[in-house]
Amino acid sequence: MELKPVRIRIARDLAMKVLATISSLIGIFFLGWILLEVAARGLSALSLSFFTHLPAPPGMEGGGLANAIIGTLLMTVLATVAGVPVGIMGGVYLAEYGQTTLLGKSVRFTLNVIMGVPSIIIGLFVYTLIVLPVGHFTGYAGAFSLAVIMIPIIARVTEDMLNMVPSSLRESALAVGAPHWKMIVQIVFRAAKSGLMTGILLAVARVSGETAPLLFTALNSPYWPTSIGQPTANLTVTIYNYAMSPYQDWQSIAWGASLLIMTSVLVMTVIARFVSRERVQ
Amino acid sequence: MIKTMDMDSDIMNDQVRQTEQTGPRPKITVRNLNFHYGNLQALYDNNIDIADRKVTAIIGPSGCGKSTHIRVYNRIYELYRKQHATGQIMFDGENILDPAVDLIKLRQKIGMIFQKPTPFPMSVFDNVAYGIRLHYRVSRHELMDRVEQALVQAALWKEVKDNLQKPGTALSGGQQQRLCLARAIAVEPEVLLMDEPTSAIDPVATAKIEELVEQLKMDYTIVVVTHNMQQAARISEFTAFFYEGKIVEFGETTQIFTNPREKQTEDYITGRFG
Repeated sequence: MELKPVRIRIARDLAMKVLATISSLIGIFFLGWILLEVAARGLSALSLSFFTHLPAPPGMEGGGLANAIIGTLLMTVLATVAGVPVGIMGGVYLAEYGQTTLLGKSVRFTLNVIMGVPSIIIGLFVYTLIVLPVGHFTGYAGAFSLAVIMIPIIARVTEDMLNMVPSSLRESALAVGAPHWKMIVQIVFRAAKSGLMTGILLAVARVSGETAPLLFTALNSPYWPTSIGQPTANLTVTIYNYAMSPYQDWQSIAWGASLLIMTSVLVMTVIARFVSRERVQ
Repeated sequence: MIKTMDMDSDIMNDQVRQTEQTGPRPKITVRNLNFHYGNLQALYDNNIDIADRKVTAIIGPSGCGKSTHIRVYNRIYELYRKQHATGQIMFDGENILDPAVDLIKLRQKIGMIFQKPTPFPMSVFDNVAYGIRLHYRVSRHELMDRVEQALVQAALWKEVKDNLQKPGTALSGGQQQRLCLARAIAVEPEVLLMDEPTSAIDPVATAKIEELVEQLKMDYTIVVVTHNMQQAARISEFTAFFYEGKIVEFGETTQIFTNPREKQTEDYITGRFG
């Protein structure tokens, strides 16, 4: 038998390495470009009045997006408060009770489908479900559609994280006489704590950048969000409106808002990374 | 119908005969225990008497059903769907397999130690206190006392007494296993099931656990699954040899190891197979 030539093998190996490196560099290049571009253009729009004032008409100095910042925060918090418990409990069902049941399998499949559905369709769904019957756009509908997007993400992450907890830990908890629910809440949750936190943070980061589901539900508003039952100002729809406007100062504010969202998503992702690294140790 | 029943009890008496030498009052009496993983049968008509406050060792080659057998005693297998057991396991005048049995109470009375140490993700103190808090109403003071007592019994107190708040997972493997032992005896069970308790820890830690078993059998009935035959010979009074889901031979440990009745037992303990 003749041995294969070494040089060809080394050359192939090198070619693969180069290809993989170039591909990852392309990915990083565009990400870096976006980050730098948004930072460079958005930074100049950020001032104290950006965070404290209501939007000003085009051409007028000193307008801000305080109402949109508050509106986005309100709706995200509301969506989180509603979505996290449902998502976590759903994940608990999938991982602890319904692994192999018909209900479990159907729920898992449905969640996967919803995760793949474009968010504009979620927006339209909530529009027909809430906005049409109520008769006007409302912040609640916005929060609801964000929650609908969050629930499948959190449920699936929860399921995956709970599945990573070794069954020997469950057995030990049951073996000292813990009831099933205490075993889940006191032992399994504790073991998966940082994974669950990571999932929640990533889901929050994901919805805080959503535009389409808010466009059909909360819409936008130039006023302070005095009642979340009314159309509610938010950053993403504001970006959409302002960026499409012909006014230069509005476009600049849209850049500022983009920078703000990007930074908060970045911060949440970094925290999520940090929390999940803790778990590995 | 009646005929079949007679036949059944004849077979049963036959199988029980050899187990009756274990003494007048067995702690646990297993009769015709069969176990299935889905369609796969893992245990066939197991009959055994577990002697009170003695160590019973269960030996046999891998996959022979040793662990499966003791996992029925506290019904821990029920965590998994498609696993089911039939037969009779009498303990305190009740059939453990009766669906009406309260699992929480059962597991307070029958504790279990697993192959891999499994400290809960909490402090050393809370690990031991966990079971006590589940089953007993105790004052803070009593709780402290009982945690200390359990850790002393598990020969871990000296090593952890200055650091009770440190996470249980930060202990060494051998310490973790003694922590699990402390956690199990803290709820004051009557029976301790040990599923290969020393196969994941080093020889020094193993010696410590064996020493502990020696002391604990004064107060507890112990059933230990082991694939280490020297260990079985060292620590047990009775030994059951399992093969392919059946109890091939059961008797006093000295008899099993020096004068086995069955050819299969002899082949296994002399290392000819398994």
